[in-house]
Amino acid sequence: MDKKTFVGGVHPPDCKHYSAAKPIEVCPLPEQLIIPLSQHIGAPAKEIVTVGDQVFKGQTIANATAFVSVPIHAATSGRVMAIEPRPHPSGKLLPAIVIEVDGEDRWDPSLKGLDVAHWNSDELRQRIKAAGIVGMGGATFPTHVKLSPPDDKPIDTLIINGVECESYLTADHRMMLEHSEKIIDGINILRRVLGVKRAIIGIESNKPDAIACMTKAAAAHDIEVQALEVKYPQGAEKQLIDAVLKREVPSGGLPMDIGVVVQNVSTAAAVSDAIRLGHPLVERVITISGPAVVEAKNLLVRIGTPMEFLLQQCDGIKYELDKIIMGGPMMGQSQLSLAAPAIRGTSGLLLFGHQDLPHIEVGTCIRCGRCVTACPLHLLPATIASYAILGRFDEAEDYCAHDCMECGCCTFQCPANRPLVQNLRYAKAGILAKQRRT
Amino acid sequence: MLTAVLGLGQIGLVAAIALGWASKKFAVDVDARELAVNEVLPGVNCGACGYPGCSGYAGAVVKEAAPINLCPPGGSEVITAIARIMGLEDDVTEPQVAVVLCQGDNRKTTQKYIYTGMHDCNAANNIADGPKQCPNGCLGLGSCVTACPFDAIEITADDLAVISRERCTGCGLCVTACPRQLIRMTPATATVHVLCNSHDKGGVVRKYCEIGCIGCNICKKTAPEAFKIDQFLAQVDYAHDDDAAMAIDKCPKNCIVDFNSTYPDGSKFKPASIQPPTPACAGKDLP
Repeated sequence: MDKKTFVGGVHPPDCKHYSAAKPIEVCPLPEQLIIPLSQHIGAPAKEIVTVGDQVFKGQTIANATAFVSVPIHAATSGRVMAIEPRPHPSGKLLPAIVIEVDGEDRWDPSLKGLDVAHWNSDELRQRIKAAGIVGMGGATFPTHVKLSPPDDKPIDTLIINGVECESYLTADHRMMLEHSEKIIDGINILRRVLGVKRAIIGIESNKPDAIACMTKAAAAHDIEVQALEVKYPQGAEKQLIDAVLKREVPSGGLPMDIGVVVQNVSTAAAVSDAIRLGHPLVERVITISGPAVVEAKNLLVRIGTPMEFLLQQCDGIKYELDKIIMGGPMMGQSQLSLAAPAIRGTSGLLLFGHQDLPHIEVGTCIRCGRCVTACPLHLLPATIASYAILGRFDEAEDYCAHDCMECGCCTFQCPANRPLVQNLRYAKAGILAKQRRT
Repeated sequence: MLTAVLGLGQIGLVAAIALGWASKKFAVDVDARELAVNEVLPGVNCGACGYPGCSGYAGAVVKEAAPINLCPPGGSEVITAIARIMGLEDDVTEPQVAVVLCQGDNRKTTQKYIYTGMHDCNAANNIADGPKQCPNGCLGLGSCVTACPFDAIEITADDLAVISRERCTGCGLCVTACPRQLIRMTPATATVHVLCNSHDKGGVVRKYCEIGCIGCNICKKTAPEAFKIDQFLAQVDYAHDDDAAMAIDKCPKNCIVDFNSTYPDGSKFKPASIQPPTPACAGKDLP
């Protein structure tokens, strides 16, 4: 099979050997779950329970407040202990519902699957929203929004993202190996919602076992499987579309502008659960990995489980931690402590000690242009970064700084170790602040 | 030889006539008052008036009847001068100075994480709400210093911004530059300030800052007129601040400071007696 790809990108060491061969284990229940009200892109949900309430697993505990928002569910049965600001993976203190776990893990008896006879687009979309499903690759964009393209934007292709191009992460890889049937079922439901026939699963070729497994499962369903070159950020939405279909999303546009919807494999599996069983998104697979962890694992984790507890399940750490990253090493979020909980967008928890980290000195730009070659969006990172440092956001905007997806290829590639993506992020914040003022 | 002289002479004549005609035809009518107003303005082009530079403001005063009291760096003298040029009444505003409402430098406060990024408060504040444990304290990376056109702000060795009351002209550019809104414009005559900006409860403040206001109400009991407490934070009521100095010694956290006698720790600026700030145009001959 020929391997497709996009122009640009980098080749970081993939480091997936820590956990790639480890089957998914079910993580036990912690004593309490911290479920933040803001786990997705868009408006935070609004709580509908009060302190002291008894809740079931899967019960809605916070409602969506806007179109781009999703409800939040209790991840197990128990009692609401508190609704207060708690540490959030973003580093801030944000409102969260704390549930004291009763250990019985009883499902909400009112949750039921949807009969195939009642499958129509609107009903399915409604169910997907009610189940709180968001993009599980890490961006946490509400799935029902992606599945509601306006009438003037016909969708012809559904791309399923099984690339997992971030180093260390193996959660999607294990999902494809162990739950391929569920993923295919989810794809069929997604095709039904969108009314499209063509579906393509994109998988990086460093996962031949996943490609074989998915090809076998997809054979009877008229779903294509496409092997892709191993390169970061192959799993970024726009780069995946470029590689698979050779279509380019316009600047400031969305994939639906060119007739494409992209969904993650784990999202497809969650959609299947939501429709067939009526189960909302209350758990996900998380890779706990990194050189500092004693035993790297792929764990099926309840949303809201504190990171500290996850680490205990992996027999703790070998040496003192110097860096904790939630997500992948390229785009993940550095954590202040292990107090924050795992949320819907958490694909990994990576742990590093002092000796595992590069200790670099920032030099001056030598105008070599490697950042330009590496940028998958074909921007000029060094130029935009210079404008950002000077606070000249108008010029940064002229150079399309707002199109940057913060993949970090420029910084990875820079021989002078310049913090380019950090400066670009600053420029983006500056442009946004300026737009808000006017 | 003669041809050359005549030829050049003719060209010169034609050009002179053309230029003479053009200067009459395309003459730009500049109001003499506009030039005069521009002359009395400080000429630092700080933009505090909201117009593009001093000449832009001069034009606006003459043509658009813009208010004449928009130049904080110029102070009352410039207002008087403009009023005389324009034949208007003095509309002297009370001179103001900017104050950083924080004393929590790195020795007195705790940090959430080690920030190694861009040397800019806005950039730092974007990352998990800033490295400082206090959500409202000074980050000390100097965005206000960059914004100040008068070199009136310094960052102490322990990363705290301090504003010189002598150099500050009250233009207010630092107020908009600060991502944490902890720089306030205050009347220049008021020298006593509560240097804290945290609305957190006392117990929370104690955990991250040695010198933050805990909302204990002692200052309000000592000088009820001069202080108001809003959500666990004392503030000086600048309209009735006569007795404010009485509370300085009573404050258990030492967060009330009289700039007349002392500046925050580590500052190189020296206190001066109560005087309105020297306008930037001082020394210029005013018409």
